[in-house]
Amino acid sequence: MSVALLYGLVGVALAGMGLYTALAARHLLRRLLGFNVLGAGVFMLLIALGARATGAAGRADPVTHAMVLTGIVVAVSATALALALLRRMHASEGSARLPEDRAP
Amino acid sequence: MTAGPGWLVAVVTLPLAGAVVALLAGRRGGAAAGLLTSLLVTAAVCGLTSAVLAAGPQQLAVGGWALPLGIALRADGLAAAMLLLSALVGSGISLYAWRYFAASHHAAGALFWPVWLLLWGALNALYVSGDIFNLYVTLELLGLAAVALIALAGASVVAAALRYLLYALLGSMLYLLGVVLLYAEFGTLDLLQLQAAMRPGLAPALAATLMTVGLMVKTAVFPLHFWLPAAHAGAPAPVSAALSGLVVKAGFYLLLRLWLELYAALPAALLVQTLLAALGAAAVLWGGVQALRQVRLKPLIAYSTVAQIGYLMLALPLAAAAPAALPAVVLLAASHASAKAAMFFCAGTLLAAYGHDRIAALRGFATQLPVTAAAFALAAVSLVGLPLSGGFVGKFLLVETAVGAGAWWIVAVVLAGSLLAAAYLFAALAPAFGSAAASEAAQRRAAAWLPQYAALGMALLSIALGLAGPGAQALLAVTFDAGALR
Repeated sequence: MSVALLYGLVGVALAGMGLYTALAARHLLRRLLGFNVLGAGVFMLLIALGARATGAAGRADPVTHAMVLTGIVVAVSATALALALLRRMHASEGSARLPEDRAP
Repeated sequence: MTAGPGWLVAVVTLPLAGAVVALLAGRRGGAAAGLLTSLLVTAAVCGLTSAVLAAGPQQLAVGGWALPLGIALRADGLAAAMLLLSALVGSGISLYAWRYFAASHHAAGALFWPVWLLLWGALNALYVSGDIFNLYVTLELLGLAAVALIALAGASVVAAALRYLLYALLGSMLYLLGVVLLYAEFGTLDLLQLQAAMRPGLAPALAATLMTVGLMVKTAVFPLHFWLPAAHAGAPAPVSAALSGLVVKAGFYLLLRLWLELYAALPAALLVQTLLAALGAAAVLWGGVQALRQVRLKPLIAYSTVAQIGYLMLALPLAAAAPAALPAVVLLAASHASAKAAMFFCAGTLLAAYGHDRIAALRGFATQLPVTAAAFALAAVSLVGLPLSGGFVGKFLLVETAVGAGAWWIVAVVLAGSLLAAAYLFAALAPAFGSAAASEAAQRRAAAWLPQYAALGMALLSIALGLAGPGAQALLAVTFDAGALR
């Protein structure tokens, strides 16, 4: 098994686990972590792709690397915004769950 | 070199630069920077539109990097039409927000301008992006800016903003997975190159599914609309107008690009278009019924958005079968955007004047706030689709194409949806013409005149779009030829 294939398979597994948590968890911090794991899985897939596309020049595909870097910046900003809102909700409503997920 | 590519850069960079200036300028200067930027962006969009009309589609390789390594900015007729729509409704929003935030209780008013201009810049960048990864970035920017704007309303809507953020993230992650699959299969991110290379297969099918579901979450297509009513109804009025009028249209625009262009050659395209239209039909009926059940004005308007997105989805298979139906889709989107902006403006004025938006308790506002009542009524006329309004022309073209294609179920849904819209908008407007109790009139605070006239302007725009049919046809006839790349 090549390293690129291993990266790809791990990426798919991470994306699946992240997606499951993002949808199934109720605590918002957990869901947010799920999204981050999903993102990490997608980025691993992209890195694997870049290695697969290594051409005659012996260099990996730079486009996938640029995509991963951009994706990380986007993920960090989104996580920061979500954490700020989560803190604000926890302060005002005393819960880190969405209203529909709170125990009655 | 013509001026076209310069306009392409201007429509993206002007709002972003304006956002930075507004952030630095603080509370008073922010509004000035916002209004000035609105004017400049509108001028740049007009310049780009006239370039598209005169010289055909415009393209620019950013930084001089050639495809497939570089990123292309492109404007064809559809992109120009959406830019123009955003500029007109966006200017209205800026005008309304100016007095709204200056006069109102919102402490966060100073933050509105930079974030709103960021959202506008993300919208414009989305419309001119020719690259599916760049589209992902603009989708995320749009989503994050929209969430931040909703959160300006304070602690009461934090939960709605968070829910919106989570589903927006889910939507864009699914979209990104689709992008990865397409890049793995075709080795390019460029929309036109992908369209030319598109062939049936497992990877394209999976990518199409992921991207479509992701965009459906973002566009709030039934049954993935559940996050919309609380978010759109809870936001400050100018923000609600931007979300309902403009932001959901961006997701819809991408769905159009996917299924009228990128994936149009796939064998399953017709099936997917029909499925999306069926969901649209469900949205028209469900959104209409839910709107009827609302006792407060803003949730009613928000559910009406769910229904109106349904109309746009209904038109998708028709526009795919007959390019002549595309102007109908764009006119429907434009008249909905302006009418919905007008309605949320009115709701904001009423909320500020009465301190609540319970429909039954707004008795007699037509005598107290005649301009607001007139704006709401005119917007309702266009939304229901009474003759000569923008909504009428859009629906008429839609029904005409549906009859021509023998799609009678679409005709039935459009008519049923119009009846529902008439019912819930009448229910919303009826108390306006009742007589107000003296005690209620005394409680009312004075309303600024400029926001009311901004609402009236949006409503009149929505009516006047009835005359825009020929113009829309001429503009939308300008397209790129992906076949030339084959």
